[in-house]
Amino acid sequence: MTETLPGAAIPNPTDEAAINAAVDQAITAIAGAGTLDGLKAVRLAHTGEKSPLSLANREIGALPKDQKAIAGKLMGSSRGKVNKALADRTAELEAENDARILLEETVDVTAAPRRRRAGARHPLSTLQDRVADIFVGMGWEIAEGPEVESEWFNFDALNFKPDHPAREMQDTFFVEPPEAHLVMRTHTSPVQVRSMLEREVPIYVLCPGKVFRTDELDATHTPVFHQFEGLAIDKNLSMADLLGTLEHFTRQMFGDEASVRLRPNYFPFTEPSAELDIWHPGAKGGPRWIEWGGCGMINPNVLRAAGIDPDVYSGFAFGMGIERALMFRNEVGDMRDMIEGDVRFSEHFGMEI
Amino acid sequence: MRIPISWLREFAAVPAGATAEDVMAELVKVGFEEEDVHRPTDTLQGPIVVGQVLSIVKEPQTNGKTINWCQVRVVPEGQEQTLTGDGIDPYGVQGIICGAHNFVAGDKVVVTLPGAVLPGDFRISARKTYGHLSAGMIASVRELGIGDDHDGILVLSRIGLDPEIGTDAMELLGLYDQAAEINVTPDRGYAFSIRGVAREYAHATGTPFTDPAANVQAPQGLTGGYAVTLDDAAPIYGKPGCDRFVARTVSGVDATRPTPPWMTSRLRLAGIRSISLPVDISNYVMLELGQPTHCYDKDKLSGGIVVRRAAAGERLTTLDGKDRALDAGDLLITDGSGPIGIAGVMGGAATEVGDSTSTILVEAAHFDEVSIGRSRRRHKLPSEASKRFERGVDWHVADVAAQRVVDLLVDLAGGTADATGTDVGTAPGAVTITLPAGFAAQRIGIDFTAEQITTSLVDLGATVEASDAGWTVTAPSWRSDLETKEDLTEEIARLVGYDKIPATLPVAPPGRGLTRLQQQRRRLIQALADAGLTEVLSYPFVTKAANDTFGVAEAGAVRSAVKLANPISEEQGFLRTSILPGLIEVAKRNHSRGFRDLAVFESGLVFLPSGTVGTAEIPPLGAKPSDEVLDGLYDGVPDQPFHVAAVFTGHDSPAAAAHTPRAWDWADALDIARFAGDVLGVDLVASQGRHQAFHPGRAALLSLRSGEPVGYAGELHPKLLAAADMPARSVALELNADALFQAAPDVIVARHISAFPVATQDVALVVPADVPADSVLAALREGAGELLEDVALFDVYAGKGIEDGRKSLAFGLRFRAADRTLTADEASAARESAVALAGERFGAVQR
Repeated sequence: MTETLPGAAIPNPTDEAAINAAVDQAITAIAGAGTLDGLKAVRLAHTGEKSPLSLANREIGALPKDQKAIAGKLMGSSRGKVNKALADRTAELEAENDARILLEETVDVTAAPRRRRAGARHPLSTLQDRVADIFVGMGWEIAEGPEVESEWFNFDALNFKPDHPAREMQDTFFVEPPEAHLVMRTHTSPVQVRSMLEREVPIYVLCPGKVFRTDELDATHTPVFHQFEGLAIDKNLSMADLLGTLEHFTRQMFGDEASVRLRPNYFPFTEPSAELDIWHPGAKGGPRWIEWGGCGMINPNVLRAAGIDPDVYSGFAFGMGIERALMFRNEVGDMRDMIEGDVRFSEHFGMEI
Repeated sequence: MRIPISWLREFAAVPAGATAEDVMAELVKVGFEEEDVHRPTDTLQGPIVVGQVLSIVKEPQTNGKTINWCQVRVVPEGQEQTLTGDGIDPYGVQGIICGAHNFVAGDKVVVTLPGAVLPGDFRISARKTYGHLSAGMIASVRELGIGDDHDGILVLSRIGLDPEIGTDAMELLGLYDQAAEINVTPDRGYAFSIRGVAREYAHATGTPFTDPAANVQAPQGLTGGYAVTLDDAAPIYGKPGCDRFVARTVSGVDATRPTPPWMTSRLRLAGIRSISLPVDISNYVMLELGQPTHCYDKDKLSGGIVVRRAAAGERLTTLDGKDRALDAGDLLITDGSGPIGIAGVMGGAATEVGDSTSTILVEAAHFDEVSIGRSRRRHKLPSEASKRFERGVDWHVADVAAQRVVDLLVDLAGGTADATGTDVGTAPGAVTITLPAGFAAQRIGIDFTAEQITTSLVDLGATVEASDAGWTVTAPSWRSDLETKEDLTEEIARLVGYDKIPATLPVAPPGRGLTRLQQQRRRLIQALADAGLTEVLSYPFVTKAANDTFGVAEAGAVRSAVKLANPISEEQGFLRTSILPGLIEVAKRNHSRGFRDLAVFESGLVFLPSGTVGTAEIPPLGAKPSDEVLDGLYDGVPDQPFHVAAVFTGHDSPAAAAHTPRAWDWADALDIARFAGDVLGVDLVASQGRHQAFHPGRAALLSLRSGEPVGYAGELHPKLLAAADMPARSVALELNADALFQAAPDVIVARHISAFPVATQDVALVVPADVPADSVLAALREGAGELLEDVALFDVYAGKGIEDGRKSLAFGLRFRAADRTLTADEASAARESAVALAGERFGAVQR
């Protein structure tokens, strides 16, 4: 690039036509510049020290006084036009350049790697939280207790007579030595007893947790499983209150179409006792009744064991299985999937249930 | 309990054509859950008829066997076959090949004709075999699904039958009957009988009930029979082991007579195998009335019966052929020779009724529930008798049952009843319960009418006296489960119907929400999942070796663990003291299924017994123990802290385009452990750890600021990994989460946020190689004073330019003042003072 246009004469700064021609020439060159580098050369050629317009400008000083003002005005506006054209073109080319760079940086977003491993909750744990939240919303509190428990809390306090066949139905794991009277809790009911001993009436608590029975693992049995049991003790509680509580809970859990049915049954710790079925509107294969647990009005002997006067207070209790809920709510077909720890099982659920 | 429908229909208004399902649908309303249906016609279909063998041609075969080519008449002579079908002979004589040899021409047999289906989907058709067209089969009891005997075919005369040819054999053998199997809860012993279930069926349907006990005429005031003495020197809970013993004698019995098919059919449907006529009769009466009875061969008895507890060293061979050592707690039936039965559980072999028995002594006794239950458990001898006695039998039905057995022995076995008999014992006092007015209504939430209450109780068999204050109720003798007003309330609600209970929602007093501990637990679990770990569950049952490896770290420490008395697997007979053994199993299972890149965690209780384990005594039920006794119970329960543990194997993420996964390493385990602390607001301090389960140089002991150790994190021991077939360099962590929860701050006090500019200074210090970086950092922090905002280790270097046995640690220090812009001199002075302290403590020299 040369700094002056070859062979160009220095225009007269008062010669409007010549100056305008130089301006037009400059503007054409500016418009024709296709790159920022090209524009830089154009700028030097048309506005550099040896450009016709600069040289013409330099001539102004030698002009007679009366022409100085005219030439100054002409040159000022001419150089202004060129500078503006330069600035505009620069902005245009810069924008084009930016856009091109961004275009060149395009990636295939569908080929993005997964760098962050999504973790997962175990669905039994998520479902337990869900159940607990419903009861907490009803003003109930959550109570917990040990898994290895004194036989008194697991059986006697719950009105299991020492020699009654009901005690054997529980398929209990006993701790060595048996004379120490420790068992792995067969239900979360000992937590109810602890709650009654530790709290003041009225009591409304939910006791979720792990329980243990000597069943071999198969598709429908497992020696370790999870329950949640509810306990309410107040003045004048009735079986209608029990039913109402269960109905409210199941509707939160399974929708407004859900309902509860009670059938007579036997448990040492409740009298009257009932088996509870729920009407599950979302059941696989269509709505139907599903057996879910046991319940009843707390046996007065249980209240007495906790020092609560059964002539003043009454209460109800219920207990359901979490695994069973996972089976009929989420269609888990095999109990073994819940306990074997295959990561696909938990990961399928993620954080939800 | 299995209820043959034909039997139930004798005493309750079961509609003709009702199926087992129909009956169960009624019984479930009153609390008897359906279990199963037993219906021979589900697997057996006719035509199956009585045939008479006309001729047998014996045809020896090349394989050495001889088969019989039989002509069997299946319609009476002179009549025509009305059945049609492929292989049915229109003249009523079927040619049949039979391999059995226990019959002769003229015998009447059961013929399954072409078109019949036998259990196992065995379809009968006419087929070519041994050179003949065999059109049907002569059946054995096993082929019919009604017995085990397969030694030969069923010859009807041998079971006392001589039916007309062509008779429907399914009808003859009771195969159109069916049984409903229901679950009987342990409080309802009376329902282990047709008598009890028929009454419940009547409750459920509101139809009449006929008491089978009322059909039997038992003589009152029996005397002069076989001598029986009740002599219990050690009653349990003050109750004598036997409070009634009825003994009756029947002579001239033919014990070899076949049991009639109607009886074997009902026994079979009820799940009881036919043994011999006297035994079948005894079982039949037990099923009908709920009273177990026992038949002795009277000629084998001597010296009169004494019911007493066992003496030291006594033994008895029971009916099942086992010689048993008796326990002083066992209640026995004895005669002059010694023990002849464990009362209510099982009789002795020596006095058993056999084919040659001609005089039978029938026992119908009433035994204490607890005593029978203990003997049954002690000898692991669950029997139909013990099942009923344990749950309570009607004291008043003993003489009735004895009479029923006597009657059947007379009718079916040709015996003669002695006019004399024995009936000793004392009836327990009737239980009288007061049901206050309004109690049942309050407890159930139904406004019962007085009539509903009275009718329900009377229907149960109770005697009811009404007054303004309520009802005085005498429970029926077969309902030993009715003791309290709550028991009566359940019965009223049950009979009126649980479906009548309305729903009301009680409002709990304002609650406190989740406790802080519960929230912390949730936050920890959720945070680990959010951090990319997968939550799993494992069993708490582990081996002793696993507890020794993963338990207490110190060498030679006492590693006590809870041992189970009856574990599922003897090997895994201990409860976990660490979650890691279970997690390692989980990791291995995933590896075997093709998943090598894992980050799994589990939270839960571990079991750490120390000091006293359990209590020698437990307080009685129905009363609050003293505070002292309760404290003993609480103290006896082992410590069970809540732990969280994680295992990492393989890589942190799946390989992908433009992404190189990183192998998990010891620092990840440490990082996640500290992260667990962070989410709870607890600062965990790492120090070089020594734990037998971990790599000796690549594990950190994690402690609270207070110094209390709370867990380990790092690389698992290479030998352990190799032995467990786990990938090398697998890492793990385990924390006592309860300790973290407790250490979490209650209230966090805000810190002033300074907007003045930061001044950063780096420093590289050379220290002996064994000085922990964290200690140098702590010295810098302390030495720098309050202007230091933060300090971080950003490089560790050893090698060229650094003396052997030393390393260079580079730290970035960030200074800021709360009230002014720091000058470079101030920042440098603070840095120098930090370096000085590090120099003083560890000989650190600036590089």
